[in-house]
Amino acid sequence: MADASGTKGMSIIVTKGTLDWAYPPMILSTTAAAMGLNVTLFFTFYGLTLLLKDPQLRMSPLGNPAMKMPMMGGHMGMPNIMSMIPGVDAGASMMMKDMMKKKGVASFEELRSLALESDVRMIACQMTMDLFEYTPDDMIPGIEIGGAATYIEVATQSDINLFI
Amino acid sequence: MADQTLDAKGLNCPLPILKAKKAITALPVGGTLEVLATDPGAVKDFAAFSRTTGHELIEQTTEGNVFRFVLRRKG
Repeated sequence: MADASGTKGMSIIVTKGTLDWAYPPMILSTTAAAMGLNVTLFFTFYGLTLLLKDPQLRMSPLGNPAMKMPMMGGHMGMPNIMSMIPGVDAGASMMMKDMMKKKGVASFEELRSLALESDVRMIACQMTMDLFEYTPDDMIPGIEIGGAATYIEVATQSDINLFI
Repeated sequence: MADQTLDAKGLNCPLPILKAKKAITALPVGGTLEVLATDPGAVKDFAAFSRTTGHELIEQTTEGNVFRFVLRRKG
């Protein structure tokens, strides 16, 4: 549903805060904004992590059999038990960030800045902030704080509504 | 010859599109932007970007592994 000026809209509920899951909402929101859409992201539960000033994003091979890293010409998965060893998740996260840099993939922080710069509206879920004891001071500037009704209002005015 | 050239070689999705959008918005209406990219996904993406935004894709060529697009800023 386009607004009065004919501009289309997209909203995304962002529920995940690991390095891998941080990308889809940022890539889609920056691209939609570049294509002229009004974009709103609603961050709830672990998605809230993505709004922290220093998010220190990590990912884990634990319970993720699809995560196979390119290695020595092939692709290698990691047995779940490896994730229990201290440093393995940190190592996998570093490897992913390194790989992204080499392949010209933007860093998460870069995409987040580009999103804010292109007027992507970011709403932090008030309830999740209370639940996990975060204050507005923990969050990057330029965001709003709101609840479910705030999101639903946006969703009724958007052409695309996604849950990630 | 385009009014401006954007070198997006080596950048991956969605950076070529994001940078192109920034660059074309800085041009006057009717101005042309040449984009150089190596991301193979850019071929479909620039066509979709053009259809959705109305910035016309007036030229598209490939030289080796470099894709070249010329966009004209819409009125």
